[in-house]
Amino acid sequence: MQKDVKRLSLILLFTPFALWILLLIIIPHMGMVVLSLREKVAPRVYEYGLGNYIDFINEPIYWNTLLRTGSMSLLVTVLALLIGFPIAYYIAKIAGNRTRGALFLLCLVPLWVSDLIRAFGWILLLRETGVISSVLQWSGLVHEPIEFLYNDVTVIIGLVYTVILFMIVPLVSTLDGMDNAMIEAGYNLGGSGPTVLRRIIIPYAMPGIVSGCIVVFMLTAGSYLTPILLGGKNSSWFTEQIYDQFITRFNWESGAAFGFLLLVFTSFVVWLGLKITGQTLANTVARS
Amino acid sequence: MTTSPAYDLECINVSKNFGPVRAVDDVSFTIPSGSFFSILGPSGCGKTTLMRMIAGFEDPASGDIRIKGKSVIDKAPNKRNVKMVFQHLALFPMMNVYENIAYGLKCNGASKAEIERRVRDVLDRIALPDVAEREIHQLSGGQKQRIAIARCMVLDPDVLLLDEPLGALDLKLREAMKIELKLLQHQFNTTFVYITHDQSEALVMSDHVAIMNQGKFEQIGTPQELYHAPNTSFVAGFVGDSNRWSGRMTAINGDTATVETDAGLTLLCSPAGSSKPEAGQSVEIFVRPEFIQAHRQGTSPAEDAPAPVNQLDGKVDSLLFNGANSRVLVRSSSGQLIEADVTLTGGTDDLRPGEAVRLVWSPQQTMCFRT
Repeated sequence: MQKDVKRLSLILLFTPFALWILLLIIIPHMGMVVLSLREKVAPRVYEYGLGNYIDFINEPIYWNTLLRTGSMSLLVTVLALLIGFPIAYYIAKIAGNRTRGALFLLCLVPLWVSDLIRAFGWILLLRETGVISSVLQWSGLVHEPIEFLYNDVTVIIGLVYTVILFMIVPLVSTLDGMDNAMIEAGYNLGGSGPTVLRRIIIPYAMPGIVSGCIVVFMLTAGSYLTPILLGGKNSSWFTEQIYDQFITRFNWESGAAFGFLLLVFTSFVVWLGLKITGQTLANTVARS
Repeated sequence: MTTSPAYDLECINVSKNFGPVRAVDDVSFTIPSGSFFSILGPSGCGKTTLMRMIAGFEDPASGDIRIKGKSVIDKAPNKRNVKMVFQHLALFPMMNVYENIAYGLKCNGASKAEIERRVRDVLDRIALPDVAEREIHQLSGGQKQRIAIARCMVLDPDVLLLDEPLGALDLKLREAMKIELKLLQHQFNTTFVYITHDQSEALVMSDHVAIMNQGKFEQIGTPQELYHAPNTSFVAGFVGDSNRWSGRMTAINGDTATVETDAGLTLLCSPAGSSKPEAGQSVEIFVRPEFIQAHRQGTSPAEDAPAPVNQLDGKVDSLLFNGANSRVLVRSSSGQLIEADVTLTGGTDDLRPGEAVRLVWSPQQTMCFRT
């Protein structure tokens, strides 16, 4: 009797998860793989082959875009970590109990506005006739309007702004679990500030750092709105290529291949990151 | 040629406020080299704050702290040769035992060979030579304790601070660690400053104990002095168990005072404390249970004794059996419960609940303090 109830509750709990994995993850991805392996040889005539992938390799602009997306995403991840770590450290270790909640809330507030609106916010600030350009002209520092949009720096600023919260949250939760006495012990045993940071705080926070980095990297590499709106045609983001293949060229087979390649590429980068930092995915997820 | 100063640690008029609260109030003390010194006090008495000031994590509002005769007030925590064993030990979980112990040596810039030699050496001294490669979570509670001490001792500190490190251990282990700590202190011959609210820890291990209350030191002395000759009523009540009464002193004759308690008893006491009470003042009376003898009524041998004694009749309320430390709880005719040590052999002679007894104790063992 007891056993049956247990089994039933397990099935009830497990079903939505299984459906979600199957319907929203496995089936669409299998569809993508199958689609990406088809080649159009004549109208409504398809053959199976690796043609879409060979096209990708033969056309430098495609894999250059992918590499560019990957390296810029890495840069965004590093910047988000460098900016997010001090913020998380302040929230978790320095701020008092009451300020902590308020600060955390302040970090969350921008999430209430959609990505799109936030990107338009940046556009209002940065465009030729925008706030910053106007203020600079008014103050006499420059004599003609300046266009801040449509370059890599703007794209990176915008992306860091969008994703930094996903870095701060896991960092705060790991740092919060760290006993203050451990930091004090680090000093007490003769460590200087940088030594304590390098030898104690960062190793302790490593699971949080890695999980934050994974989330931020994946979000950035797969983002579409921010690079398009802030970078325009110059952004050459890989998701834009995928969109082009699907929508503009109506070449679903090639788009599916690109989508699959993006997944493989980002997974490879994450795997490499875990290898280098000596963390495991399970450890990372469990600790933060 | 320099002579080493007589004191490893001196605190001179140290004070610290947290807002309006005076956490540490004008505390002065000196600790001779190589001794085991405990600071004993109830929680919230300022003992942890005092220790954090010695370690450098808090700045005193006024006063001076000297280590080996040199003031360390302006030195950062990592520049002071004072090491600390934290309440929850604060071993680094991402390092193994070897790395934990080597951390401080690395910070000091020791060479690899020297680190290796000294870590092995300290592990031998704490009798755990084989745990170097273990992870922290693989150690037992007592082993963690010893590693935390080794991690400090490997740096040859002038003073080792211990902040209630036995608090998290279970009773049996705590008893064993008390003895072990004392042995370790002898072996390293370093000054230990031990903070605790547990009086048995302080009394068993220490050469000297300071009793702290509300930011002030009430008394500093050997455990025996504190137990047998407390200076204040707080010390008398805090160290060891006592029966206590409050009352008013009616007369004094040499070393013996007569006190009328609030419940109407008349007791003979010895005035005690740094400022002795005088006739007419209100006093507090303390009697340790081991000085009270309980006799079955009618068998008391003290009735015709030459010296005057305190006597009290009552009924056995209950027996508190605890092996050699067994006690009897007697309800006096005025309704108060009094504890007295008894020997319970398990034979037919033992006192039983409900029996009428006479409690007898001498005036010399009855301390009364001015309140």
